[in-house]
Amino acid sequence: MHLILFLLFAGFCLAGAINLLLQSHPINSALSLIVVMTSLAVLYLLLGAEFLAAAQVIVYAGAIMVLFTFVVMLLNAGREERTMGSRTWRAVGFPAVVAIVAVIATVILNTRQMGVAALSDGITTTEDLSRVLFHELLLPFEVTSVLILIAILGAVALARHGHGDSHGNDERSVGE
Amino acid sequence: MSSLFSQEVPLVLYLLLSAALFALGIVGFLIKRNLITVFMSIELMLNAVNLSFVTFAHQWHQVRGQIFVFFVMMVAAAEAAVGLAIIIAVFRARATLAVDRIDLMKL
Repeated sequence: MHLILFLLFAGFCLAGAINLLLQSHPINSALSLIVVMTSLAVLYLLLGAEFLAAAQVIVYAGAIMVLFTFVVMLLNAGREERTMGSRTWRAVGFPAVVAIVAVIATVILNTRQMGVAALSDGITTTEDLSRVLFHELLLPFEVTSVLILIAILGAVALARHGHGDSHGNDERSVGE
Repeated sequence: MSSLFSQEVPLVLYLLLSAALFALGIVGFLIKRNLITVFMSIELMLNAVNLSFVTFAHQWHQVRGQIFVFFVMMVAAAEAAVGLAIIIAVFRARATLAVDRIDLMKL
């Protein structure tokens, strides 16, 4: 059962990722990425990480991808132009990627210590996670909240400074 | 992995899936010509690394790996917010999303 679920959702992951590359319209790529992220949530659940599975759906497939689709629709991003880049980089780049994958796969396959995952394995509950997070790693957790605050302020500051040709900053568009 | 109904999956398969997703992210970063799609490929690579973190957390029965994934998610959320704001600013200045046309630092 575990193997069937793994193969099914690993297949969804790979199909979504390949579809992301093949689609020429950004909104289709965004929807493929949502498929990848939701399938990854199921894989996290198979590995016993229940909190991360929920966070993956809420944060990644929910918040971040909504932001992406929102920006795609806001900017009215159309079909991407196929510019054939320089042939030398194309000739160098793809063998390089294949080489990276080969090296990683060789290292992984040579590792003899990796165990197995079964459905009967214990689940890491949210309680286990929060016990470590709020006892030993409290400072990094609080620093993260400052990071999120800075990101919010930065996003607002960056998105506000237009060149006057957009709606939303009337006081500057008067001057132009 | 004797039968299809076996109860166990070797963790190596999870790591191989993670490597494959990471490679697809690299390929997307290299071949996509739309700024937003390039950004999505980066998110795909982050997700691939998260999967291997969770796999190793399961292997060594450590909670720390999962907490690291939690932090990566938070940083990815911050990165997406700031990055998309930058993309909107670039689009306002250049009126294009093609990465080939965005080749100057100066606005």
